[in-house]
Amino acid sequence: MSHRSRGAVTATLLLTSAALGGCGAQAWSDLGPKPYAGQRIEVAATWTGTEQANFQAVLDAFAAKTGAKVGLTSGGDDLAVLINSRLAGGAPPDVALIPWPGVVAEYAAKGVLSKLSGEAVASVRQHYSPAWQQLGTVNGSLYGVYFKVANKSVIWYNTEAFDVAGVQPPKTMDELVNTSKVIADSGTTPMAVPGADGWPLTDWFENIYLRTAGPAKYDLLAEHKLSWTDPSVVQALKLLGAYWSTPDTVEGGPGGALQLSFTQSVADVFGDRPKAAMLFEGDFVATEITKLGKVEVGDGAKFFDWPAINGSKPSVVTAGDQAVAFNDRPVTMALIAYLASPEAAALMAGKGGFLSANSDLDPANYPDATTRRLAQSLVNAEVLRFDLSDMAPQSFGGQSGADMWRILQEFLGNPGADPAAIARKLEAAAVKDYGSRR
Amino acid sequence: MTRGVLASRVHDTVGVRPRHGTRHGRPGDRGRPPWSRAAWLFLAPALAIIVALLVYPICYTAWLSLHDTRGTEFVGLANYTEIFKAPQIRRALVNNAVWAVVAPSLVTALGLILAVLLERVRRATAFKILLFMPMAISFLAAGVTFRLVYDESPDRGVLNAIVVSAHDAFSPPSKYHGARPRDGQTLVAAGGGYQLRAPATAGQPVLVPLVGLAPDRIPEDATPAASAGAGTGISGVVWLDFARGGGGTAGAVDTGERGLPDMTVQALRDGRVMATTRTGPDGRFAFTYLTGGGYTIRLPAGNFTEPFRGITWLGPGLVTPSIIGAYIWIWAGFAMILISAGLAAIPREALEAARVDGATEWQVFRRVTIPLVRPVLVVVMVTLIINVLKIFDLVFVLAPESTQGNATVVALEMWRDSFNNVGLSSALGVLLLLFVLPPMLINIRRLRREHL
Repeated sequence: MSHRSRGAVTATLLLTSAALGGCGAQAWSDLGPKPYAGQRIEVAATWTGTEQANFQAVLDAFAAKTGAKVGLTSGGDDLAVLINSRLAGGAPPDVALIPWPGVVAEYAAKGVLSKLSGEAVASVRQHYSPAWQQLGTVNGSLYGVYFKVANKSVIWYNTEAFDVAGVQPPKTMDELVNTSKVIADSGTTPMAVPGADGWPLTDWFENIYLRTAGPAKYDLLAEHKLSWTDPSVVQALKLLGAYWSTPDTVEGGPGGALQLSFTQSVADVFGDRPKAAMLFEGDFVATEITKLGKVEVGDGAKFFDWPAINGSKPSVVTAGDQAVAFNDRPVTMALIAYLASPEAAALMAGKGGFLSANSDLDPANYPDATTRRLAQSLVNAEVLRFDLSDMAPQSFGGQSGADMWRILQEFLGNPGADPAAIARKLEAAAVKDYGSRR
Repeated sequence: MTRGVLASRVHDTVGVRPRHGTRHGRPGDRGRPPWSRAAWLFLAPALAIIVALLVYPICYTAWLSLHDTRGTEFVGLANYTEIFKAPQIRRALVNNAVWAVVAPSLVTALGLILAVLLERVRRATAFKILLFMPMAISFLAAGVTFRLVYDESPDRGVLNAIVVSAHDAFSPPSKYHGARPRDGQTLVAAGGGYQLRAPATAGQPVLVPLVGLAPDRIPEDATPAASAGAGTGISGVVWLDFARGGGGTAGAVDTGERGLPDMTVQALRDGRVMATTRTGPDGRFAFTYLTGGGYTIRLPAGNFTEPFRGITWLGPGLVTPSIIGAYIWIWAGFAMILISAGLAAIPREALEAARVDGATEWQVFRRVTIPLVRPVLVVVMVTLIINVLKIFDLVFVLAPESTQGNATVVALEMWRDSFNNVGLSSALGVLLLLFVLPPMLINIRRLRREHL
C-alpha cells in the first residue's frame, strides 16, 4: 500500500449549520421500477461483524428497489491492500468506502476513480452541506460522499464516578483540569489514556491543536506546509504534557498508561470495578461500552464535548468512510446516489453505532438520545476538520509503529519532557515520511 | 506454515536414516543417458515452480533493494548503508542477535533436560504429548494468549496475579494506600508518610485532613469524623476530607465526612518519636500525657504502603525476554521430542559401561550422554537459529504498540517499511536471507554427510 502521492485534501470546512433547502423528491426513486434488474455491482468496505451486517441491509434495500445484485466485500483494516491488488489485477470493486482521504486523493490523481456524475452529484449536492462536499472533492471535482462519519471530539465519563466526586461535565480546559483534581481527591483516577495503542494519542493532540492553533494552521500542519517546530505545535504539546503529567491524573501513571490498550481502557472506565472516571475517544466508544454490557450508554456512561481552550469555537475532529466509484456505470452512480440519500442513512442510523453527515436525515432516526446528541455536536460544530493523522502519510500517522504514534507514546511515558524537543522529533519524522511520499 | 516445513525437514535429518537413493555412495557411476532425459522431464514442473516462486522473487527483491522508496530509481547501496544508520534498525539488529544467541540455547538446554528426565519416569509419553502441545498452536494464537498472561493488571494477567499474591502474602498493602493530602495544604510528605506543616501544641486541636480514598475503600467501622474539640495533651482527628458528592470546606470537618480509624499517628520532637497511638473509629487520636508545644504530628509510611502492582512484563526493559519466554514455551516440546529420539538411539552399553566403571549419574550425563547426542543437539540448535532469525509474528502480536519499538526485530522492520519504503524493506529482506544462509548451509552439509 502506498500513499505517497497525496493530492490536496484541503479542508475548508466551516460547517454552515444552515441546512440545505427542504428535501424534495429523491432523484434516484424517479427511475421507475427495477431499472438495473440483474446487473451486478460490488462494494468493498472496511466493516466487519455487526457493522457489515447493518450495511448489508442498506445494500439489500438498494437491491430490492433497483433489481441490481449487490455484493459486499469486507477488507477490514487492509482494505487499501485489497483494493490495490484488485487494481493491479484490473478488477477493482465498483464502489469502495474508504476511510483514508489520502488514499482517495492518490487514486483520484492516478485516474483510477471516476468522478461522480448525474444523479450521484445531484444527491450529494442536495443532501450534504458545502463543508462535507468539500471533503469529498479532489482538485475541484467531486469524487466521493461521506456515508459514515465519526465524532472524535467527545470525552466519555462514568456517571457514578462524577456523582461520587460531585462534579459536572467541564466546558473549558481549565474546568477539565479542576474537575480532574476533584475526581482524584474523591479517590478515583480521573482519566484513562490508552497509550499501548498509538492512535488515541494522536486524537488527543489533534483536539488540542485544533482548539489552540485554529483550523488554518491545522490544515497547513496536515499537509506539512507548517513545520512541527512551529510555536503553535509546541504550545499544544505543552498543554498536553501538563495535563498528562499532573500527579494522580492518568490511570496507572505514565508507565502504566503505555500498557493500556483501547479495549482495556473501556473496561477500566465502564467495567465492573471502574478504575478511572473518564475516557477520551470518539463516538465508537459507545459501541464498546454496549459490548461490555456493564453500564447503559446514556445512563451509567455519558459524554461531553471536548472542552474549549481559551474560548475556542465548538470544534470537531472527524473521520469517516467515503464512498467512491471505480467506474461510471449508471448502476454505480445510482448506488452512490442512494448512499447519499437520507433514506439509506436512516436505515443504517436506526441500527445504532452510526453517525451520518447527511443534512436531511431526521435525527429521530437515531436509536437513542446519546447518538442524537453525538450527531448534533457534529452538525453544530463551527469548525470541522478531518483527523490529521489519517491525512498524513501512513508511516507518519496511520499504522502501528507510525512515527507520530511512537513519538506521542514516548511523550506519554515521559510527559515532563521538553515539548520543544518532542516537536523537533516530530518534525524530523515528518520530513522523512512526507518526503518519501512525494 | 514455515514451522511445519522445518519440522518435517528436521525429522528427515535426525530421525531414522533416510532412504538411500540409488546413486548415493556411488559417485563413480554417473550418467545413464536414457534415463537422464526422463528425469529432467519429471523434475521440470518442480523446477518451474521453484524458479517462479523462489528464485525469481529473491532476485527481484535483491534488485529492488538497490532502488529508492518506490522501487523506481536506482540508488546503489544506499539502502544498505541506511540499515546501519537508522537507529530503529540498529535496535532490530541487536535484538535479533540477542534472540539468536539466547532463544535457541535455552530451548535446546531445556529440551535436553526434559528429555533426559522423561527417560526416567513412567508414562513419559503422556508428558511428552503435553509438552509438545504448544507446537500445535500458531504463533499468532500463542501471542494473543501470552498477551493476556503478561498483562500488567493483576486482574487480567495471570503471571502478575501470581506475583502480586505472593508478594502480598509477605507484605500486605495498607488499607489507606493512595490516601494523600490535598496539594499544598496543611500536610507535607515526610519519610514515605505525611506530617503536619505546623507544629502542634497541647490544648489545641490538630486537624489532619486526607483525600483520595474511594468510598468503597473506607473501612466498614468508620464513623462520622469527630469534631476536634480541645482536650488535655495533644489531640486531633484524622479524617477523609471528602464526602460523596463533594462540597464542604477543604480542611474542615463537614457533615458526612468520616473518620479514618486505626491510623498510626506519631508525635515527634527534634526528629525523635515521642509517642505513638492509633485513631479511633471517628478518626480521633490523643496523646494525653504530652504537654507543651513544638510537636510534629506525623502519619508514618506504614499507613500508606502501596500494593505491589506486579511487574511490567511487556514494558521497555522486559519485553524481549518476555517474548523469548513465550517462544521457549512453544518450542521446548519440539526440542525435547527430537532429543528424546536421539537419546533412544544411544547404545545402552556405553551408559552401562560408564556406570559399571563407577561414574556418577552427572558424569554419565556430562561425558557420555551429551557427546553421543551432540549431533542432534547441533541440528536442533541450528534449526532454531534459522527459525529465530526470521521471528516476526510473536513479536508483532505480543509486544504492545508502545514497546514494539523496543522489541523490534529485522523481520518486523521489514514488514513495517514494506508499505512505504520498498527499497529499504527489500534490503532488509536480503540481509535476513544473508543471516539465514550460514546456518542453512551448515544444516545442508550435515544432511549430506549423513547421507554419504
